[in-house]
Amino acid sequence: MTGGDAGGRLVRPFTLTGGRTRPSRADFTLITTVTAVEPQPARAARPQPEHQRILKLCAEPVAVAEVAARLDLPVSVVVILLCDLLEAGRITARPPHSVSRTTPDLDLLQKVRDGLGRL
Amino acid sequence: MAGSDRAAPAPAPDTVKILIAGGFGVGKTTMVGSVSEISPLRTEEPLTAAGLDVDDLAGIEEKRATTVALDFGRITIGRELVLYLFGTPGQQRFWFMWNDLAIGALGAVVLVDVRRPETSFAAIDFFERRGIPFVVGVNGFHGEHPYPAEDIREALALPDHVQVLMFDARERASCRDVLIALIDRLIDAAAGATAS
Repeated sequence: MTGGDAGGRLVRPFTLTGGRTRPSRADFTLITTVTAVEPQPARAARPQPEHQRILKLCAEPVAVAEVAARLDLPVSVVVILLCDLLEAGRITARPPHSVSRTTPDLDLLQKVRDGLGRL
Repeated sequence: MAGSDRAAPAPAPDTVKILIAGGFGVGKTTMVGSVSEISPLRTEEPLTAAGLDVDDLAGIEEKRATTVALDFGRITIGRELVLYLFGTPGQQRFWFMWNDLAIGALGAVVLVDVRRPETSFAAIDFFERRGIPFVVGVNGFHGEHPYPAEDIREALALPDHVQVLMFDARERASCRDVLIALIDRLIDAAAGATAS
């Protein structure tokens, strides 16, 4: 990677968020699953092109990290755009399974083990 | 994408993650690629956006290192459950990202390169301090394991309860067995927790 390119990559993505570098809410982790609402709300303002790309990607449930990788955008930028979509009622977000060290979920662990055994 | 009938999208699956850690160049992305059902995906995060204070940038000598890459893969356990594997950034200067990554992780696999075991000390220390369960996977380059597991345990000063497994990050079955060993450890701990 050349120095000039790296500098460009750092700045450009945040022009997509109107200069915002922090999300308006904290609903999204790397493995939060997002899904486009079907049908889309009729009266909402027409989404921006980047928002449209995200909506297309999450027609089926997809993790936030995957959205970022497939759009080649930083997670921090994608999260801001996802906040817009969530607030506009265009997507739903499912948080990851909550992991507790004090009360571990044996049933979940067994499912993961069985799934790995099938690989 | 949209089918002929307008069926509602599939319900979102539950998601869990496991971290694949270890020093730089120890085979983390190779392991993720071996077991993932998709080619490893990469996200690049600008350092300034990842919550780094300006003062912390003083330690970063290379000016062009303005992003930190994160490689990850996916294993669909079933329609209702998906496991993600995240390779943690290897260079120590990117460790501020590890805290975020570690939140909500089931556990971790720390990869060790027998030629440079010391590069994995920091990862072992990180998980021990935070009480995050982990197993150690010794990645044999070209599939060779010149040292027995006990030597490596000693070299890394690992407590007895941490399992050391010899494996080959290029082999799917080998990686799968390391992940299963981690889950077995979690299941044992869970059974102990519910029994007491």
